[in-house]
Amino acid sequence: MSGSIQQTGQVRKAPENFLDAQGVRAVFAEAGKGRRDFIRNAFAAAVAGTAATSSALAQTRTAVGDGDPSILNLPAHSTGLGQPVVTDGYGKPSKYEANVQRRQSPGLTPTAQASVSFAPLQSLFGIVTPSGLHFERHHQGWWDIDPSKHRLMVNGMVKTPKVFTLDELMRLPSVSRFHFIECGANTGMEWGNVAVPTAQYTHGMLSCSEFTGVPLITLLEMAGADLKGERFVLAEGADGSSMTRTIPMSLIRSGEVLVAYGQNGEMLRPEQGYPLRLVVPGVQGVSWVKYLRRIELGDQPYGAKDETVHYVDLMPDGQHRQYTSIQECKSVVTTPSGGQMLLDKGFYNITGLAWSGRGKVKRVDVSVDGGRNWRTARLESPVLSKCLTRFNIDWVWDGTPAIIQSRAIDDTGYVQPSYKQLRAVRGTRSIYHNNAIQSWQVQANGEVANVQLS
Amino acid sequence: MSSFPKRALLLLVLACGAAAWAQPKTAGYAGIGRDATPKEVAAWDIDVRPDFKGLPPGSGSVTRGQDLWEGKCASCHGVFGESNQVFSPIVGGTTAEDIKSGHVARLKDPAFPGRTTLMKVTSLSTVWDYVYRAMPWNQPKSLTPDDVYAVTAYMLNLGGIVPDDFTLSDKNIREVQARMPNRNGGTTAHAMWPGSEFGRATKPDVSAVACMRDCVPAASTVAQLPPHARGSHGNLADQNRLVGAQRGIATAAPAAAAVKTSAPTAAPKVPVALLEKNSCTACHGMTQKLVGPAFSDIAKKYPGQTDHLLQKIKAGSTGVWGAIPMPPQTLGDDDAKAIARWLADSAGP
Repeated sequence: MSGSIQQTGQVRKAPENFLDAQGVRAVFAEAGKGRRDFIRNAFAAAVAGTAATSSALAQTRTAVGDGDPSILNLPAHSTGLGQPVVTDGYGKPSKYEANVQRRQSPGLTPTAQASVSFAPLQSLFGIVTPSGLHFERHHQGWWDIDPSKHRLMVNGMVKTPKVFTLDELMRLPSVSRFHFIECGANTGMEWGNVAVPTAQYTHGMLSCSEFTGVPLITLLEMAGADLKGERFVLAEGADGSSMTRTIPMSLIRSGEVLVAYGQNGEMLRPEQGYPLRLVVPGVQGVSWVKYLRRIELGDQPYGAKDETVHYVDLMPDGQHRQYTSIQECKSVVTTPSGGQMLLDKGFYNITGLAWSGRGKVKRVDVSVDGGRNWRTARLESPVLSKCLTRFNIDWVWDGTPAIIQSRAIDDTGYVQPSYKQLRAVRGTRSIYHNNAIQSWQVQANGEVANVQLS
Repeated sequence: MSSFPKRALLLLVLACGAAAWAQPKTAGYAGIGRDATPKEVAAWDIDVRPDFKGLPPGSGSVTRGQDLWEGKCASCHGVFGESNQVFSPIVGGTTAEDIKSGHVARLKDPAFPGRTTLMKVTSLSTVWDYVYRAMPWNQPKSLTPDDVYAVTAYMLNLGGIVPDDFTLSDKNIREVQARMPNRNGGTTAHAMWPGSEFGRATKPDVSAVACMRDCVPAASTVAQLPPHARGSHGNLADQNRLVGAQRGIATAAPAAAAVKTSAPTAAPKVPVALLEKNSCTACHGMTQKLVGPAFSDIAKKYPGQTDHLLQKIKAGSTGVWGAIPMPPQTLGDDDAKAIARWLADSAGP
């Protein structure tokens, strides 16, 4: 394939931007063609496969002659003096890890300030996302705000409106909890058909961190909040977009909603709202207001742009679901996954992530035959509520084509649906909340492709 | 037992200690937080609810809105709010029939391509609130309440919701709300809000069963990206770790090679900080056309013409690169000169 091909006609635009009629037609036309071309394409790939596989084999597997030169010839790091401490006051990943980056999806957004970068899920281990690889979603650009000048105001139906400094918030009793954050539009490009090649672009608006902060209920109580009766809370950011969302009172009353300043042992990163963001476990990322400046208590929902005009789910009957918030149970195999290439036949550890906005992951099943038969995977500890859970399962690849899927079940009994099941209820125009089972096809040449089955 | 009284005393001391540490739940957070002043609350509490609580008094006409629109909004949204180049279109897709029913009929048509703001918005408060807090994109919160009434009136007029001679105000906004084309198009009948406030459905709408054996027949169709999209996301080999069970597929020329082929030139240093500080990068890319032309294209067109470029930056420009005008920029003289000089000196051979 020539590297000069810059065709991005497959890409559905970001939440705020949609393909025009011509673009939509092109997507469906190309998708149809993709199906027809599949057999021919697979054949061509299989022919080319031998060469490609051997070139990808960077490390020798069998001893040749006296043995492996990497063993026989001692390298410089075994025979010389290494580098001193504090070569770098804030250490960075190995230079060999430079490919592990968050990335934009080409053509998704026309500006870089109202845009998204995707976390490289295909290269991550365990459940914690390194803070520098956390996905980004900005609506009007990001800022690095002086914490000494940042204030949090609590007003509305409270006895006395209050103002807090960061110094004060950080004096209060803190809690630290692991939670996932997922954009409501994660996997949104795939509602209609296959649109992007790798797990980074299909599922990378997903990250997980340990957050440290103060339960929001504490601050409301300190302001003398009137919590009797039906209540709604507005959260508002201090940046240009001054993002607002109505925050569910049930999660505030339960103590789950945090006003957070800490992330993975350090302060929040600027791209994640330094010095203060809301943490709303289980709820889509747009509610986790960054650069949090104000909390208002009221007795009606607020009808913010990002809950009644954007981040709304269009149903087949033409109604928009508003205030959709919970990220329902979902999972994805992160390796092997789209755009990767298996180096050889034999044993592999299929691994991936599962999560639910309603609680804990109870079980994950994995299929390697496109959903016909399933085996239950091992869940790695910890398994926490509204947090990513890592799963693993053994697999021996015999070199024949396989379609790998994962299906998560949460502790409410909810089972992650197939595309067929999801579309039967919601159609294909929802944009948001696509939690369908993901399929990765391992082709005979070892290449893994993003596919959808019907 | 001589040790008994001693032990009792110790327990008593411990108990007293514990009692001294028992704190009231919130009254104990002494010295943390202070009362907000009324002016502070007024400065930040700018939200407007669907019942129009929070809406400041004021008014603005369609005519005044059009003037404001052309100066501050059209560069991104198009003169008629129809542009799809930068953000999704605001106006279009609604009919007089929709104004009567409160349901935008085209939302039912899967073949209808886009969704404009007027097709989606259920409450006019959302438009007013958002424009006031976040627009214009690179100068948010610079509009007065009267400005916001005016540009809102202009958008409503473009959508055929109010007449040409209309003036929108806090007095008549509820009457206009009753004409919003999709005012009845929203629903909270779903199980994706955690809580009972909306009287929501309690069961998720999709219910799957976890079958384990012989579940579905073998897939009849497998859809994947067409071959021409193979390189659409760059070289996937460069997007995967170089060690481990897998490698990335080589789908395009490696990034390293691309870097090598670009010959080193003595181009002047890019004033990144200046361009970002003055929000130039909101509309201009280094080598890519965004809202406006790429810096590299401007540099090619006007080599050595610092004064001309300076004048364009300060006074704005229209019609040179396309239909979208660049509004006059309010940056300082030194910044403007530095940027103009950089552009004038950046043209290659």
